[in-house]
Amino acid sequence: MIDREQVLHVARLARLELSEAEVERMATELSGILDHIERIGELDLDHVEPTSHVVALENVLRADEPESSLSRERALAGAPDAADAGFRVPSPGAS
Amino acid sequence: MTTVTTTAVERAYEPTIGLEIHVQLRTRTKMFCGCALSFGDEPNTHTCQICLGHPGTLPVPNAEAIHFALMIGLALECELSPRSIFHRKNYFYPDLPKGYQISQFDIPLWGHGRLGEVRVHRVHLEEDAAKLVHAGSSGRIHGAEASVVDFNRGGTPLVEIVTEPDLTSPAQAGEWLRLLRATLGRLGVSDVNMDEGSLRCDANVSIRPVGTADLGTKTELKNMNSFRFLERGVAAEIARQEEIVRGGGQVVQETLHYDPTSGTLTPLRSKEESHDYRYFPEPDLVPLAPTEAMMARAREALPELPAARAERFERELALAPETAKLLAFRSELGDFFEAGLAGAAPSDEGGRGDAGAANGSGAATDPRTLASWITVELVSRLGDANPADSPVEPAALAELVRMVSAREVSGSAAKEVLDAMAAEGGQPSSIVAERGLGLAAADELGAIVDRAIDENPDAVEKIRSGKNKAMGAIVGSVMRETKGRADGGEVGRMVRERLGLG
Amino acid sequence: MSDLVELSAAQAAERVRAGEVSPDELFAAYRERAESEELGAFLTVSDSGADDLAETPLAGVPLAVKDIFCVEDVPTTAASRILAGYLPPYTATAVERLAAAGAPMLGKTNMDEFAMGSSNENSAYGPVRNPWALDRVPGGSSGGSAAAVAAGLAPWSIGTDTGGSIRQPAALCGLVGLKPTYGSVSRYGMIAFASSLDQCGPITRDTTDAALLLRHLVDGGHDRRDSTSVDFPEPIELPSAERLDGVRFGVVAELAEADTIEPGVKALFDQTLARIEELGGSVEEISLPHTEHGLSAYYVLAPAEASANLSRYDGVRFGMRAGDGDLLSLYERTRSEGFRAEVKRRIMLGTYALSSGYYEAYYGRAQRVRTKIAEDFRAAFDRVDLVVTPTSPSVAFRLGERTQDPMAMYMSDYCTVPMSLAGVPAISIPAGLSDGLPVGFQITGPAFSENRMLDAAHALERAIGFDTSPPRRGAQAVAT
Repeated sequence: MIDREQVLHVARLARLELSEAEVERMATELSGILDHIERIGELDLDHVEPTSHVVALENVLRADEPESSLSRERALAGAPDAADAGFRVPSPGAS
Repeated sequence: MTTVTTTAVERAYEPTIGLEIHVQLRTRTKMFCGCALSFGDEPNTHTCQICLGHPGTLPVPNAEAIHFALMIGLALECELSPRSIFHRKNYFYPDLPKGYQISQFDIPLWGHGRLGEVRVHRVHLEEDAAKLVHAGSSGRIHGAEASVVDFNRGGTPLVEIVTEPDLTSPAQAGEWLRLLRATLGRLGVSDVNMDEGSLRCDANVSIRPVGTADLGTKTELKNMNSFRFLERGVAAEIARQEEIVRGGGQVVQETLHYDPTSGTLTPLRSKEESHDYRYFPEPDLVPLAPTEAMMARAREALPELPAARAERFERELALAPETAKLLAFRSELGDFFEAGLAGAAPSDEGGRGDAGAANGSGAATDPRTLASWITVELVSRLGDANPADSPVEPAALAELVRMVSAREVSGSAAKEVLDAMAAEGGQPSSIVAERGLGLAAADELGAIVDRAIDENPDAVEKIRSGKNKAMGAIVGSVMRETKGRADGGEVGRMVRERLGLG
Repeated sequence: MSDLVELSAAQAAERVRAGEVSPDELFAAYRERAESEELGAFLTVSDSGADDLAETPLAGVPLAVKDIFCVEDVPTTAASRILAGYLPPYTATAVERLAAAGAPMLGKTNMDEFAMGSSNENSAYGPVRNPWALDRVPGGSSGGSAAAVAAGLAPWSIGTDTGGSIRQPAALCGLVGLKPTYGSVSRYGMIAFASSLDQCGPITRDTTDAALLLRHLVDGGHDRRDSTSVDFPEPIELPSAERLDGVRFGVVAELAEADTIEPGVKALFDQTLARIEELGGSVEEISLPHTEHGLSAYYVLAPAEASANLSRYDGVRFGMRAGDGDLLSLYERTRSEGFRAEVKRRIMLGTYALSSGYYEAYYGRAQRVRTKIAEDFRAAFDRVDLVVTPTSPSVAFRLGERTQDPMAMYMSDYCTVPMSLAGVPAISIPAGLSDGLPVGFQITGPAFSENRMLDAAHALERAIGFDTSPPRRGAQAVAT
């Protein structure tokens, strides 16, 4: 169903680091769940429109009027690593 | 491996270029929250829980951004999607607070359109990413290089315009981007400043043997932040691809970065995984279905666009196509030109207290001459600056041009006058009077011409024997004598008259 | 003061209005119980409510709030380690509206991490015990909210329901739980699990309390901060019906007859159908042919949306951070250490379902199944006024009983998921006890039929006469 390689690929897409044991368990569990889910493959769904929204709304927009922003102190208050007036991270691509 | 035939090696190739342009909209607030847009402000002073992607927050689209996007689509003659939706484009990057960008995917706001000779593939709305700045003083994290995220820019409304691969040379690509920039600038929907990143351009480049129909493998050139870089970068990429193909190799589909200082192209580090953005409809937003009222408002807001303006300049004012384009594509030049024409209308009763202007003998400023003075002389003095910000008054330049036409001042003296106007403003007639730059009067000039004939017997001999080039020596002498206050043509006429060559 | 906690919220409000008790005293009485409880229901308890609430519509009756709602400067975790220490800079609309109506927040209640679960065992801050049987789960994901109300630690509460997270714990704890029509309550400030399904609603001791909270949740209409919120077309009335004359009920064959329904649950369901007829209502069997695929569609759509909704927990702007060195390790360690197994499982499932090559087979098909289920409901409501099913296929199960079997856990949502997919409102009311454990009865109606649904629930509630107090409530709930 879903093999080790796929689990690792999906985990990378989702930025999850899985232990060996987790990879094994995930493969088994996801396969079991997907088995169940795949029953919807039997339904004839040609010509059925997909539903993304159950509410029949359109054009719900906001006027272009400024609202107050957070102070920088407040914006950075919860940051795990605030520095240089911003949110510090390891540079992408650096190692 | 690849078999290379002789014909293939010597074959001529033609490039195919498509552009992807990101335009930051000039709304007051961000795309999905009420934070004010800013440029150059202190980092992280224009953020809120929404544009920082805090838990529980929801996006609500900015109506004005949608209005601007509608104007853009109308200007590019695109087909409206009656109902478009937003998608989530999923990837992790520190400048992307939610871990997905809200963008439009399979149903963009606008479909096929056209600007000039280039077809537009689509126009859609999305939100800009934040800015990732290399950390300076704050150093490293666990020994690794660090960067700092500034979310001021994050969430700025963006319109992405994608063209069909209709461009066939770097110069044409640059030219077309200028037209697009002029068009967007004219709409007033963006600052369209490439230095500041409010207009950003990527290019898709491929080559194919001349005469074939299938497109070659394309590469994507990222973020060319000036017209010159776009032209150079695309030219460099075409050359690179030709070299590969001529060497029997194959172009690999990849994304490249053009370094303008070294002129080299380097592949961007490929992302951790192949692009799997897992697009799906954004459940926090409802569809966009522009109403007749929204469309009417967008239509009403459309000004005359550069292409139409250039066409009008050619048709109504008989400007040369190149000059018409120059004026129309740089809207500020076109505006200056039209203000000059309006200010120089014969109905102007010399309001500037200047006799010369008043008795202009009904001869209005010639639009073609004025256009040439603006696109050549004024531009050479002001460069890319907006003439409206310079001390030169449009009507004053028009008056100067009229004076040249009316032979009240010589062309070379007029250039000196314009220098003075560009430096400190003022009216041309006053400058001419103050500096004694008016054309020499006929009797004064007659005496000077007589003297020049006497002093240049060799030249006179040559002229008599039909060598007209020799006229230059006499005219030059007169010009020296009058310090340029003579009209070359008039001097030539007087010399011929005196030599009985009439 | 101890008799105060025996009162429903509406009754407590009456006492306040009559001047018999002050909002402060009421708050203090509940605060004391919430602080010393041993069920694991509360994650934080507020210091105090506001003073001058006696004249407000909700008279200062304190409210337990699921820890999924952001409240300014109050720790908000969604029961996840990844949000440990997080203090939101703003307050959720639902909490704000109820506070404005006079229901101050008593505290934040425990839940399954990011509302993913049906037993409350997926909390990073420990499980919650069911006050009816301490070795059993209270249901989930709003398990803390349900346990708190059932144990008399709070007069009423709000939770969120994505596929049953209000109705199922209400059923397992012997309470009323109402999931409103999608869009009627603002989601702003409610930490997202699956955005197209999430709805906030009340968990209360009776239908009157549920109506009262719902009235003020929808009051004010469309929230300009939530594009998907709508104006509720009519005011919410306090239910008063005592009879069901002329009301047509449809029994969903596919859900009521399923093998997964325990005999005890089925027996109480049938008894309730008999009561409907005694009260003058009619009962007929109907078919919602696609509902048996509801769970499958749900377990594609909800994880897919969740996989994106949970991407913002990346260790950059708030919450915890782990990792050493490069950016990839920061992301991967933070998320691996911050999320527990069930959340990871759903992120994996959702990421897989959306990934290149699988989108149409999973997400696309699930969206179409959703269309069919909504059509099934519309067709049913052409024939009947309300549709009924058991709420949960089983009574409260033992702690640990289903933690090793995700699919068995997911089956808890079998009867509640279809309404979520269709976006229609549904209410669970207690039908009685099976072996001493509460069983829920679910009533659902067309979109925005909350008043009709509440009236029917009220008539049945009166006829059933369920005592919402677990045996020895005080002794079990509070340390001695």
